[in-house]
Amino acid sequence: MDLGALYQDVILDHNRKPRNWGELSHPARHAEGHNPMCGDAITVWVRMGGDVVEDISFTGSGCAISKASASMMTQAVKGKSREEAALVFESFHAMVTGKHDAPAADPTLGKLKVFSGVARFPTRVKCASLAWHAMREAMAAPSDTPSGA
Amino acid sequence: MTATGGAPPAAALDVMRLREDFPILAMEVRGKPLVYLDNAATSQKPRSVIDALSHYYERENGNIHRGVHYLSERATEQYDRTREAARRFFNAKHAHEIIFTRGATEGINLVAASFGQAFVKAGDEIIISTMEHHSNIVPWQLLCERTGAVLQVIPVTDEGELDLDGYRALLGPRTRLVSVVHVSNALGTINPVAEIIASAHAVGAAVLLDGAQAAAHTAVDVVALDCDFFVCSGHKMLGPTGASVLYGKESWLERMPPYMGGGDMIDHVSFERTTYAGLPARFEAGTPSIGDVVAYRAAFEYLEAVGLDAVAAHEHDLLTYATAQLQDIPGVRLVGTARDKAGVVSFVMDCAHPHDIGTILDGHGIAIRTGHHCAQPLMRRLGLAATARASFYLYNTRDEVDALVRGMHHVREVFA
Repeated sequence: MDLGALYQDVILDHNRKPRNWGELSHPARHAEGHNPMCGDAITVWVRMGGDVVEDISFTGSGCAISKASASMMTQAVKGKSREEAALVFESFHAMVTGKHDAPAADPTLGKLKVFSGVARFPTRVKCASLAWHAMREAMAAPSDTPSGA
Repeated sequence: MTATGGAPPAAALDVMRLREDFPILAMEVRGKPLVYLDNAATSQKPRSVIDALSHYYERENGNIHRGVHYLSERATEQYDRTREAARRFFNAKHAHEIIFTRGATEGINLVAASFGQAFVKAGDEIIISTMEHHSNIVPWQLLCERTGAVLQVIPVTDEGELDLDGYRALLGPRTRLVSVVHVSNALGTINPVAEIIASAHAVGAAVLLDGAQAAAHTAVDVVALDCDFFVCSGHKMLGPTGASVLYGKESWLERMPPYMGGGDMIDHVSFERTTYAGLPARFEAGTPSIGDVVAYRAAFEYLEAVGLDAVAAHEHDLLTYATAQLQDIPGVRLVGTARDKAGVVSFVMDCAHPHDIGTILDGHGIAIRTGHHCAQPLMRRLGLAATARASFYLYNTRDEVDALVRGMHHVREVFA
């Protein structure tokens, strides 16, 4: 079992220094993703500007795979339209579940290809997709009430 | 043999010879020799248990308590021999105080439903503790929802010990039942159960001990402990999955209504009035996991032959060794440092999440458990989402602890 295929340097780097970490202030919406198997929880915060992901961030606790995946997800979908973000989600999900025929040739994945090794670790697929499901829910969630209201 | 006076010291286990009894321990995982340190989840099985299981299906399989034919008689006889073996193992007074269940979870649910129906009313109190497995929390929550009884929880200290003053403060005239874990699966804490039982009895409350971890690793005498109910988990004590024991005092069991209805648990059935069988059949509706129960006897016999005192001493040695070794790894913090502990080491590491520790160790052929150990309230109390847990059994060695420590150094190299 090649652990290096799972724990690539880019993933370890995002685990140590997560990007877009923290809560977003109003107006934003958020949703929590929860992995009942390990108790990990990641909350994703999204601010939409019309149809576009204007800003996105995350908080919570999780393993290296779930944190790095959340971190790289925020980079991958920031500035994308709702529809474009959904397409990235689909490609990513297909890749980590081993259902993507040719992830290497898929331009929507970009840097996210470092997660292709996850498909060989079935117990870690949930970790890799945790933040992505939370993002989808956050985008569908009602707007947060402004603090003090 | 020389006369030494008092109990003879537990003979050291010949672990290398014992290991030969467990076929799975010879296998390789990910190209490395298997190092199995997830015994609190399930134990591996000796050849005698595996053989008993296949012998049953090759030579003895029939349904019990039903036919007049040879195989039915044979299966019934073998099934009841395990009941007697369990009675002897736990030193129960009567074989009919031994009820076969699928697992400890089923045993607790049986008591919650049946004892609850007979003896628990609105306003009554059930006491559990913060360090319970979900299987000793949720059945009582369900009972409380159904009856209006109140669930109370014994606090634990930062070290992972029960707060006994807190426990005594909870006991009162409305306490009906105290259900606590004997040995914590998540931390390894051995609870002072004799004291807990005596305090509960002083206010007239019954006690259920969750012995899922205890029974495999330490001698349990239900009469000496004077517990009212005891559950264990067969597959954690060398037996097959699907066969476990609920012990209940006759004086309680004979006053409790059936848990499940069906075949085998009846005396006479009519649409006007059905009467129930006596003990233990009343609590064993339907065809049980006969083959598993039959093979379970081989597990009891194996543990008796090795001797539980020797098992406990061996695990204590591994615990002491592993505790010292792991503490020396930079960034590792042990979780659960009770004075009295069984062979379980739970830990966290500053640079790596338990899940990642588990995956790296798996790459070295080392099996540990990572996560909340089905004890989320305990994890929350300790301010953690998860831990990594190594748990030992009679076939583990110091060399395997060394392999774990080497694996942990690799974890540090990857994540620090």
